[in-house]
Amino acid sequence: MKPIRLDPYLPIIGVLGLVAVWYLAVWYQIVDPVLLPSPVDTFRALWNGIAGGRLGFDFMRTLERTILATLIAAAIAIPLGIALGSSERVYRSVEFVVDFFRSTPASAMFPLFLVLFGVGDKTKVSVAAFGAALVILFNVAYGVMNARKTRLLAAKVMGASRLRVLTDVMLLESLPQTFVGLRNGVSLALVIVVVAEMFIGSTDGLGQRVFEAQQLFAMPDMYAAIFAAGGLGYGLNLMFLLVERQFVHWSGK
Amino acid sequence: MRRESPVVRAQEARVPTGNAGEVPAVTVRGLTKRFPDAVVYDRFDLDIPRGKLVSIFGPNGCGKSTLINMITGLIPIDAGEILFDGKPLRDTKFGYVFQNYREALFPWLRAIDNIDYPLKLMKLPKAERRTRTQRMVASLGVKIDLNRYPYELSGGQQQLVSVMRALVVEPQILFLDEPFSALDYEMTLFMRDQLQRIFVETGTTTVLVSHDLEEAVYLADRILLLSRRPASIADYVRYDAARPRSDATLSQHDFVRVKAHCLEVFQREVRKG
Repeated sequence: MKPIRLDPYLPIIGVLGLVAVWYLAVWYQIVDPVLLPSPVDTFRALWNGIAGGRLGFDFMRTLERTILATLIAAAIAIPLGIALGSSERVYRSVEFVVDFFRSTPASAMFPLFLVLFGVGDKTKVSVAAFGAALVILFNVAYGVMNARKTRLLAAKVMGASRLRVLTDVMLLESLPQTFVGLRNGVSLALVIVVVAEMFIGSTDGLGQRVFEAQQLFAMPDMYAAIFAAGGLGYGLNLMFLLVERQFVHWSGK
Repeated sequence: MRRESPVVRAQEARVPTGNAGEVPAVTVRGLTKRFPDAVVYDRFDLDIPRGKLVSIFGPNGCGKSTLINMITGLIPIDAGEILFDGKPLRDTKFGYVFQNYREALFPWLRAIDNIDYPLKLMKLPKAERRTRTQRMVASLGVKIDLNRYPYELSGGQQQLVSVMRALVVEPQILFLDEPFSALDYEMTLFMRDQLQRIFVETGTTTVLVSHDLEEAVYLADRILLLSRRPASIADYVRYDAARPRSDATLSQHDFVRVKAHCLEVFQREVRKG
């Protein structure tokens, strides 16, 4: 008898397992039913919220802010990263500063950005862009600096000018690492945007949705918003991976 | 101060190394190079004859690769003069093949575009680039799908692409830095004969750094044996067997004798350290 190939279905097992444990916890009332609604109630809230409810709108608002922050971050950090990475001395002179602010929790910057930009969208997006930019910057510079020496020499020995070496070799060499930076950057931007939506006078967005549902004790709505945020994060990561596979087909080969 | 020409010294060796009627393609005079921890070359002189294949062989770390890297301008020199037909490097077209083909080819370009790249740097229009590339591929009889990316090719095929990329500019001189040492033995044997065929067909002056004495002798018209640091010419041995050489060459008396002589010189140099 031919054994059934389980491998492609393995990821589903974890999902089913989680839902099963959840069901049992609700069924046997291990957790207070007020704090943990049943999976059915939660998914109904998710469905209703996305299809015509507020949740879909909030989802889009958070998506917009995250994408905008990431785009701003990339537009600033990629050229800067290339400039930093292509000169080891420049890089070494600013390495500490970059590393320091990269290690500073971006959420600690909220008050400063509030003073600078007020309580509107600008603050949320710019703090997220700030956090993401440092992550992207670091990765791009690292990618440029770690361009294979042989490849640079190969271009040089064929007569490429310094500018050609930069555009034809270094940039492409740094692409895989740039994408690592973009993926980490977009994840961080999402974290910051959601936190900002919770606490910085927001009227929409997933963070605000989660917070409001919790305040109103609408637990199915709260879980639904959490799942929506999870789906957003996963989707963004997946999207960058797919784009990366398309653009950087040689990565890891 | 002009020192005694290495060619003259080599003539005194027991193996014939005469240089009658040879025009040097490259002349190295008074080459000096210091690394922070050692003097690698000290007033080093060398002639590389035109239209010949010269193998460079010597003890580990004596500076074989450093020598061709200095000649090709990849590493700056501290003193001395290197001329190609009496002209400086920048007026010379040359090809260079690296040991590590994985890191020397551009993985974002298809094999054909890799070969094309140096022509692109010369600002040739696309149509002419394609014509030249295809003409070369046809003349070499290469049977590789050049529309693939380098990482889709075998190691030997990748190195062959590297060699073609170096040859497509029709260089006056071709440098190869241990080009086959990352390949398995079967592929090495195949690539040796590919290189020999290319050399016979194009007659391009070729300088091959090798860490395999058999390969060095098998492919060479001249074997340049270097001493330990600071490197000097231990011997500059001539090997005149007719081409194309084959497996049978490896057991011929002449080959065995030259190889044994080179080994003896090599051992002597190694023991000195």
